[in-house]
Amino acid sequence: MREVAAPMRTAPIAPMVAKQAWAEYIKLFRVPAFSTTSIVLPTMFFAFIGLGQSRQPLFHGAHVTFGEYFLASMALYGVANVMVLGFGISLANERGQKQDLLMQSTPLPAAVFFVAKSLSALAIALIALLVLCVFAAVVGGVELTANQWWTLAYRAMLCSIPFIGLGFALGYLAGPNSAPAVTNLIYLPTAFASGLFFPLNFLPQFLQNIAPYLPLYRGAQLVWDAVGAPISGGSLTNDWLDMGAYTVAFFLLALWAYRRDQGRKFN
Amino acid sequence: MVELHRVSKRFGAVQALDEVSLTIDSGDVVAMLGPNGAGKTTAISVMLGTRRPTSGAARLFGLDPRDVRARSRIGVMLQESGVPGMLRVKEIVSLFASYYPQPLKTAEAIEIAGLSEKSSSLIKDLSGGQRQRLYLALAVCGDPDVLFLDEPTVGMDVEGRRRFLQEVGEFAARERTVVLTTHYLEEADQLAKRVIVVDRGHVIADATPASIKARVAGKRIAFTSTTPLTAADLEGLPLLSSQVADGHVRLLTNQPEAVLRELFRRGVDMQSLEVAGADLEEAFLAMTRHGNER
Repeated sequence: MREVAAPMRTAPIAPMVAKQAWAEYIKLFRVPAFSTTSIVLPTMFFAFIGLGQSRQPLFHGAHVTFGEYFLASMALYGVANVMVLGFGISLANERGQKQDLLMQSTPLPAAVFFVAKSLSALAIALIALLVLCVFAAVVGGVELTANQWWTLAYRAMLCSIPFIGLGFALGYLAGPNSAPAVTNLIYLPTAFASGLFFPLNFLPQFLQNIAPYLPLYRGAQLVWDAVGAPISGGSLTNDWLDMGAYTVAFFLLALWAYRRDQGRKFN
Repeated sequence: MVELHRVSKRFGAVQALDEVSLTIDSGDVVAMLGPNGAGKTTAISVMLGTRRPTSGAARLFGLDPRDVRARSRIGVMLQESGVPGMLRVKEIVSLFASYYPQPLKTAEAIEIAGLSEKSSSLIKDLSGGQRQRLYLALAVCGDPDVLFLDEPTVGMDVEGRRRFLQEVGEFAARERTVVLTTHYLEEADQLAKRVIVVDRGHVIADATPASIKARVAGKRIAFTSTTPLTAADLEGLPLLSSQVADGHVRLLTNQPEAVLRELFRRGVDMQSLEVAGADLEEAFLAMTRHGNER
């Protein structure tokens, strides 16, 4: 075998991640169907459901207002929404258009691709969160301390991470045509059952029984706590640990789904 | 630079490649020719490492083709691959360039592909031919040592195809290695110094374009017939192959005049009669002597 004397160099990783993340970001942002639903939807829900009763107590005798509870709920709903729906659907579409085929033969490492995609989704989630918070504060009259705003923001962002894994998994498992239906079918009822739209004690008993096992419910405990809303049992440490476990589980699921997809296509 | 060593590839019951060995050296401009389903795309996929051979081995620069160091020195155009419609031409070229250690300037890659006017357009607004040019820009932007082009001119008109090949030729003239698959003989003739003919998973010829062309001389006679053709109508004619389906008749022969004279004499009803140079697919059917099986 003839050895080739030319240099065997590869491109530096950091600029690759930066460029890829930026490209993923503008790709998502330029699709109005994605950017508007992702960024505006949580704020719209807040306007429709939360505004009217924003300053009323969450329930009789509570010192937390409905506005504070619902802001925290929609913060979590919004960031996870970007990951599950935006991510899952756009990934399934890209696979449908065989965009992965060409990428597969470039020197771009798969890990860089995933990191970049995650960064872009985090950026969109952050925008959605900021729009919601500004709207809730200015229009909704929700008053939080600086510390509460900060705690709400970082907890919501951290809680979105397991859903990145779920979004990836759905993106590789669902077909491009079924992806919107499948992701909505999974995400919307789970958000509802986790008490994000109505406090859990207003929901039927069987949902109250299921709720503690749902990742959105665990995340909800963390964001509700950030605004001082009551916690329905269990310590925050457990909620963090549960979110960590969901993160591992969803990313393993995503890895399995990715390998399965690659094995089908490239063997 | 590119090596296949006794590569076989099976897809279920289909043997796409059967013990194929070949070596492509630096500076070669190679066309892989063959009818649809011959195994050309599979051969390229194995060279690129996007498909694993069932047995045998592929090497790129002496490395596993999946090695990032090997991938950093190649550029690829694939059939039916997609690109994100919401990026602009210059954005995606600049993005792809960042995957490579010594890329061309974005504008230069776009210019090589003849797409400078569309540099700021969104990909979704490009026509089919412009999209093929974009793929060429993406393939050359890393300034690769080896360029793989899988059926690069599919869907282009004659003029577009000619210009496209000229651009590839100019890139190849920078002492680059080019491997392209095609089923157009003219493409191989215009560009390649070496033609590898693949059929049914085997390499059946590996020579210069001139000597390959000499082997596939022949004319195609095509017509439709309102009365059903019987075996007796074609019996004894000097044909290389024949296809009859639903009144559409396609014949391949080295003696078109004699065949037509005899068909007229036998009173065969012929409408929409055409006589043309054999296209490669038919020529290969004759060349590989299994034309009558189809």
